[in-house]
Amino acid sequence: MAVCIAVIAKENYPLYIRSTPTENELKFHYMVHTSLDVVDEKISAMGKALVDQRELYLGLLYPTEDYKVYGYVTNSKVKFVMVVDSSNTALRDNEIRSMFRKLHNSYTDVMCNPFYNPGDRIQAFDNMVTSMMIQVC
Amino acid sequence: MADTVLFEFLHTEMVAELWAHDPDPGPGGQKMSLSVLEGMGFRVGQALGERLPRETLAFREELDVLKFLCKDLWVAVFQKQMDSLRTNHQFLAFTCGLLRGALYTLGIESVVTASVAALPVCKFQVVIPKS
Repeated sequence: MAVCIAVIAKENYPLYIRSTPTENELKFHYMVHTSLDVVDEKISAMGKALVDQRELYLGLLYPTEDYKVYGYVTNSKVKFVMVVDSSNTALRDNEIRSMFRKLHNSYTDVMCNPFYNPGDRIQAFDNMVTSMMIQVC
Repeated sequence: MADTVLFEFLHTEMVAELWAHDPDPGPGGQKMSLSVLEGMGFRVGQALGERLPRETLAFREELDVLKFLCKDLWVAVFQKQMDSLRTNHQFLAFTCGLLRGALYTLGIESVVTASVAALPVCKFQVVIPKS
């Protein structure tokens, strides 16, 4: 369902990034990189707005012709970015939210692992991420 | 739920091991042991800072972070921790590191020190440098 999933650290470098059609990986890396600006915009807007709405889920960051990019930020300023195929119109907001929740839970488990040093690349995500992605033919 | 006494034993042994390691410490050796303990507490605090606020909404300012620290973190950690506090700095190093780690994960760099004026009250001082 998701085409690319990335976990970005507080200092804006990637802790984990993986995309399914492995040929055009660089394109997805660029998309994630540009989406970081949108994420920062949303975070700072959230700080200034007097709205009570202070969710962790950021929603649709920006749509392109082929893909849609969703974002989620944790309280420790770690960002999750997910790129999905636009042709998959059956994907609803709730499903995206639940995928982000799973990601957040896995990230928390990784943090609590005493053998993991905060700031290293994450090795443990592969199984969970494979279950979220489909094979594009 | 694990017994709180398990952590007490672990903590006591950690301190005893690190303290007794240097038979002839001198001021340098003691500081090393304390900073190792504080470092351990820091790492645990980072993990806690990640796990505890998971379902809560985004923190908008420093005040939110401190409110979380005082209410949620304190209850989660100190309800399970010892009621009796000890006077020596060695037993407080881990806890200071814990607080510093949780604050760091939530975006606040700080220096945490502890002082015991009269038992059973222990004061933790959190200094956030103005940047």
